[in-house]
Amino acid sequence: MSDTKKEAAVPKRLAANYSFGDPIPPLLYEISRDGRRAVRLPDCDVPQIDLPSELLRADDDPLRLPEVSEQDVVRHFTRLSHANMAIDTTFYPLGSCTMKYNPKVNEVAASHPAFANGHPLVREEDAQGSLAIMYRLQRMLAEISGFSAVSLQPAAGAQGELTGILMIRAWHESRRDEKRTKILVPDSAHGTNPATVTMAGYETVEIPSDAEGNVDLDALRAACDETVAGLMITNPNTVGLFETRIEEVTRAVHECGGLVYGDGANLNAILGVVRPGDLGIDVMHFNLHKTFSTPHGGGGPGAGPVAANETLAPFLPGPVVDLTGERYGFRQPEQSIGRLKAFHGNFGMLLRAYVYIRMHGPDGLRAISENAVINANYLRKLTEKTFPAKYDRICMHEFVSPGNRYEGVTTMDIAKRLLDYGFHAPTVYFPLIVRDALMVEPTESENRETLEIFAEVLERIVTEAKDRPDLLHDAPVSTPVRRLDEVAAVKNLKLRYER
Amino acid sequence: MAYLGNTDADRRIMLEALRLERIEDLFADIPAAKRFPELDLPPAMSELEILHEIDELAAMNGGGPRLLSFVGAGAYQHYIPSIVSFLSGRGEFATAYTPYQAEASQGTVQTIFEYQSMVADLLGMEVVNASHYDGATAVAEAAIMAVRSTRGRDSVVLAEGLHPEYHEVAATYLRPQGVAIRAGGSAADELINAVDERTACLIVQNPDFFGRLHDLSGLADAVHERGALLVLHVDPIATAILASPGSLGADIVTGEGQSLGIPVSYGGPYLGVFATRRSLVRKMPGRLAGETTDAEGRRGFVLTLNTREQHIRREKATSNICTNQGLMALRAAIYLASLGPQGLREVATLCYQKAHYAASRLAAVPGCTVNGGEDTPFFKEFVLSTPLTADDLIAGCAQRDVIPGLALSRYYPERTHDLLVAVTEQYSRAQIDALVDAVTAVTGDTQA
Ligand SMILES: Cc1ncc(COP(=O)(O)O)c(C=O)c1O
Repeated sequence: MSDTKKEAAVPKRLAANYSFGDPIPPLLYEISRDGRRAVRLPDCDVPQIDLPSELLRADDDPLRLPEVSEQDVVRHFTRLSHANMAIDTTFYPLGSCTMKYNPKVNEVAASHPAFANGHPLVREEDAQGSLAIMYRLQRMLAEISGFSAVSLQPAAGAQGELTGILMIRAWHESRRDEKRTKILVPDSAHGTNPATVTMAGYETVEIPSDAEGNVDLDALRAACDETVAGLMITNPNTVGLFETRIEEVTRAVHECGGLVYGDGANLNAILGVVRPGDLGIDVMHFNLHKTFSTPHGGGGPGAGPVAANETLAPFLPGPVVDLTGERYGFRQPEQSIGRLKAFHGNFGMLLRAYVYIRMHGPDGLRAISENAVINANYLRKLTEKTFPAKYDRICMHEFVSPGNRYEGVTTMDIAKRLLDYGFHAPTVYFPLIVRDALMVEPTESENRETLEIFAEVLERIVTEAKDRPDLLHDAPVSTPVRRLDEVAAVKNLKLRYER
Repeated sequence: MAYLGNTDADRRIMLEALRLERIEDLFADIPAAKRFPELDLPPAMSELEILHEIDELAAMNGGGPRLLSFVGAGAYQHYIPSIVSFLSGRGEFATAYTPYQAEASQGTVQTIFEYQSMVADLLGMEVVNASHYDGATAVAEAAIMAVRSTRGRDSVVLAEGLHPEYHEVAATYLRPQGVAIRAGGSAADELINAVDERTACLIVQNPDFFGRLHDLSGLADAVHERGALLVLHVDPIATAILASPGSLGADIVTGEGQSLGIPVSYGGPYLGVFATRRSLVRKMPGRLAGETTDAEGRRGFVLTLNTREQHIRREKATSNICTNQGLMALRAAIYLASLGPQGLREVATLCYQKAHYAASRLAAVPGCTVNGGEDTPFFKEFVLSTPLTADDLIAGCAQRDVIPGLALSRYYPERTHDLLVAVTEQYSRAQIDALVDAVTAVTGDTQA
């Protein structure tokens, strides 16, 4: 803190727990006062009976929650919201996350009482509107991706992955092919891929990448044998490159009797450009919370629908929505792997994605990807001196640069210093195949000026790294808190408020 | 074109900088024969047009505001204070990512910490994560965690009263891991006897799927004696007045957090609540926020114990979960803070009283029985058996704008005459009377 800032600071006790620019409020428990209340409920208007005393909370186990007024709650969460960077406040080039603008009309549609108050177990005849949305979304996603059928059950990308690998497993089992125990996963893959393999009861075999950032085809071929159940592949991959020999990759896996799972997290680069189903992928997931603009919510909820070709469609999780005549209804696919969650998917997110796709149409979808890709390439070009992409090729929607070019400063220092300039940082230290990676995904919603300013800021940071490395080591200074000690958090584990 | 940052002029400048002529040149890596497919999709719509379409689709959903529905079965219509949607809709929360850069995400991480704290107090547990996709996946992941925490044990026992869809989800998750699922009945001694040296955990839902409350005292000790863990799946609202799962000795507690300020929204997004003991925290799946200090010694919050998670541990992670239900945890936090201990107890008590009022009146309808005529304790939901089939009763009542409950034949085909009826604090006495009148009239019509 500068001296003036220090002198001018208001003593904490007098700042009414809050001064502008220091927006982290105390915990609600800390401002709680016995008997203070927010929401009131109606009086009981029915005859009352005794509660079953033997089942009740004991006196020595009282219910403790904060006691605050409604205004307290509103101020608390409004102040907390000020302590967040978000797409709505700033450029958020977090690679692999597709932080695009989240249209507000989506929110209006999802809060329509006919949808928000629709109980999942009403009779199908009372939910024809909701079912129509689900049916149409299934069809639209199938068309966009080049597959024959879609299930909207999975709640997020990782659950979509589990779905797909379980479908592959069920397919092998249906053919009594029981010697297959492995799933091939490129070393560039997202952590959810190998974690999914384990959850599906398979073993991960890591496949290296080649010098161009693609899957090493020779290594892949060498790994393909009769013990391989399948391959998980992300295309465009996590270094933002299109797998140029994708058809050879999928063929190699098919030839050894395996199937191919497509991680669709990066679909934003290829809408209307190419369809995974046309490239030999057998089953894939979508992240509606990336490609189709549903808000990330600070960690969800998302939705991870899964699309499959004719071979795997019978194994999709159910229920799926069918149209018979003019009536929409649920159906369980014949050889379904079962349910992935209760009810029928994160409907609220499905509705938002439906609105988004309808508003774009085929040309609009293609324009999304064209603009996402041109923005990424323009930014890659602008930063080719400061943070050159690891692979010197035209990229798709994102690019990855090694962050260890400047002595004495780390990728994390650079990321934290970016926060001081008011930008969210790129994804850092992922993917693992690029040392100390910085992964930058600008998305189609950003304009050219923002990209240019961002590139200029990176140049300044590089200069600072040489002249004033302390500015990077000490960063961030303009955020509500300075750099946080993650090691101490683990050492003195404190996971809840303690009285 | 909607939501694009750039103009044609911008794109020209950018292409020039890239020494490309056309945007199409960016896609040369893609197999030419597969490039730029014609997508057979309806043409673009403006915001105005899509909102009209949404209204039309909304009108296709039956009922409308006059319809009075008593369907619960795992998703409940509770009153949601206005500030819940108001605050959780703020773009600073809704359009942020998982708080990987904690210094720029204190709003989200502190909220998670406060959610963890409040839910821990509600459940009487030491550690709560944030979060799972829903109650069903929380149960499935609890089973996996129990298997991982009890060496060499490879089966789980599910009590009969677990939501049938949760059974199905648990089967989907556990089958590939080679974990056997065994049915445990519902009486306490049956449950305990089902636990053997292969059992990693016993999973009990309370109140159970049928709304019944069970006396669980002593259960944990008996389960622990056999070397297994006890997983309790609870209704977070009910825990406001009932013995906390922690006080009952549960090792893992799961719940469907939808009741805590989240709309039913045709089945999602909901909130998987998940809690455990401190000693098991490193086996726990999911995100955790922890308290720490910044470079100036001030309090701040970070995601912690990441070495359990997929982005660090990959195939050895405790789960593959990444995106979870963060914004729903925020809603639950706002809900709990808005109600406070007194308000939440009132919600729970109102649910109890109103459900019992409805049950006692329905039990008096000729030909109807409640909970098989037994005096079982229950919370906000009960089984109504009627002389008509449940489907016929529902069809008849729907004519009177009442959906009296869920036909249990959906899950138990042989139970053709049973409905599951849910009554929460939302319903006034007059509305409950309207339910009773509808059931009386429809059953009376056919009896006459
Ligand atoms: C490449 C990739 N695959 C999979 C996932 C997992 O998706 P989700 O977070 O929706 O579970 C992500 C998202 O973080 C990703 O970037």
